Amino acid sequence: MITANYIKKNYIRSLPTAFCPGCGNGQILNAITRAIDELKIPKNEIVAVSGIGCSAWITSPYLRVDSLHTTHGRPIAFATGIKVANPKLKVIVVSGDGDCTAIGGNHLIHAARSNVGITVIMVNNGIYAMTGGQVAPTTEHDYKTVTTPYGNPSFAFNASEIVKAAGASYVARWTTWHLPNLINSIKKAMNKKGFSFIEVLSPCPTYEGRVLGMDHIEMLHWYREKFSTNAEGFYRIGEFVDIEKPELSEEIERIVREAME
Amino acid sequence: MIKPGKYFVEGDLACAYGAVLAGCRFFAGYPITPASEITQAMAELLPKHGGKFLQMEDEIASISAIIGASWTGLKAMSATSGPGFSLMQENVGYAAMTETPVVIVDVQRAGPATGQATKPAQGDVMQSRFGSNGDYETIVLSPNSVQEMFDLTVKAFNLSETYRVPVILLSDAEVGHMMENLVVPENVEVVQRRSALKRDETMVYGESLVPSMGTFGNGLELLVTGSTHKPDGTRDTGSPEVQETLVKRLHDKIYRNAEKIIDFEEMFTEDAEFLIISYGASSRPSKGAVIELRKKGIKAGYFRPRVLWPAPEERMSELNKKIKKVLLVEMSLRGYLLEIEKMFPDKVIHFSKVDGVVPTVEQIVKKMGEVIK
Repeated sequence: MITANYIKKNYIRSLPTAFCPGCGNGQILNAITRAIDELKIPKNEIVAVSGIGCSAWITSPYLRVDSLHTTHGRPIAFATGIKVANPKLKVIVVSGDGDCTAIGGNHLIHAARSNVGITVIMVNNGIYAMTGGQVAPTTEHDYKTVTTPYGNPSFAFNASEIVKAAGASYVARWTTWHLPNLINSIKKAMNKKGFSFIEVLSPCPTYEGRVLGMDHIEMLHWYREKFSTNAEGFYRIGEFVDIEKPELSEEIERIVREAME
Repeated sequence: MIKPGKYFVEGDLACAYGAVLAGCRFFAGYPITPASEITQAMAELLPKHGGKFLQMEDEIASISAIIGASWTGLKAMSATSGPGFSLMQENVGYAAMTETPVVIVDVQRAGPATGQATKPAQGDVMQSRFGSNGDYETIVLSPNSVQEMFDLTVKAFNLSETYRVPVILLSDAEVGHMMENLVVPENVEVVQRRSALKRDETMVYGESLVPSMGTFGNGLELLVTGSTHKPDGTRDTGSPEVQETLVKRLHDKIYRNAEKIIDFEEMFTEDAEFLIISYGASSRPSKGAVIELRKKGIKAGYFRPRVLWPAPEERMSELNKKIKKVLLVEMSLRGYLLEIEKMFPDKVIHFSKVDGVVPTVEQIVKKMGEVIK
């Protein structure tokens, strides 16, 4: 039986977290630790990389593994260097929707294209939370935020579809309501040879809730009722890609092996 | 394999040879004139020597990847030119803050912006030292020959590992593209990283102020962050003491060791009344000009910093006591001027040439006429 104390003792550096009441980050930290524990991956083989934003704090400082807390938008590029330099390491990136699809969008699609064997968990709350609720590339059209006080003139990305089109080996979308599915997906992603991407809808009651007019309980109900494997577009959850193809760090190891002969 | 012996190669290739023999085993880069030859050479050479090469989507990704690779224990490098170097700046500061050894080559071209892609310039002197936000230190080396593209690349890796700091090899299109003799020595002196085996060791500051570095994958549960952090890596962005202690140590570990880091060449300085100071490509005709002036009986001397930052301040202070006038020759409007004016107050005449063409001996000798009159 995996207890909260067992998880805390083995995988968490410190508690309580700095996250707001109702924030989904704790659930995602919970899911990551349980996936690692169930996979029985030695902790010293895992490196957690994050960028800037609330979600970056899930791994730095809370997850008790080697951790690199990088600059805004760049964790995937740092993680690519780590994975190629030492392919034995399991490298996970936890990144927010702004970090991952705005300032770091280029790194996201190129990591998917090159199929580097890292796992990216994108925490999507549809807004810039740490900086105070500004519009994100994941904010819906017309929504009012502090930088779109007259409504969002732009449109939202469907990140999972972008990553799928860019060539990832594994793509899934869940919400923090669907925790068992999320844990299962993280396990599959971490065992995947190539680039794996999991988008997790996660409530930010403090800022996203203000935009949507919901508290954190209402947001979880929204996840439960609106998001399903049969739904359309952004509301569709489930596994979207699960394929095998050559992985970047292995390809580079092969090049080195052949060049040294 | 790169064998010891004599070669006739261009500067960019000599740089790649130096990197490989200094122990570089990871390179990530993005094509840009006039540094692409380094990137291409590393793509070919590294796999033969057991190293990894990555062409990334841009220069930001390139510096990110080499910092990540450095934390796995590999010596890592990227090469670029001014526009790409500008893109890298945020993570130059990140490498300084996280004390990650990396080497970045900037083969300078005429700017600003896209400027003249194939023409040499020296406009990145201040950027190489002050390009990222906040108070931090780098070490900046300035080669002026194909041989020094090799030698100073090796030195860049050694300094980077010794002080856990990003080191910039500040070359230019002239030195990068010219062909000269290169001697690859039998033995290349290489500094190995001081690796921490326990987490405690990453917190111990010796006299050098440089802690040992942990390696990802060794079970140390490292916390590495670009945010203000305590010696054990724990983020603490609220404490005035933690911020001040960290920022001052990052500064002190370079400045208190400056006399060990600085490196310069001088000629005819014992009795010189007039001093020509130059570095990189423009130092070659500057040296020629000093020889010409000596032939005319003028007491000219030559001073060339091989390490631009930290600047050789002590030596320049000594020289200032007897030097009447200084001619600073460089291919930039500002370049190294503030530093030289600081060291030789009211004595500096600036020969700055910004047309993408290296000054000639004749032009420098002529300019010296203004200095002597």
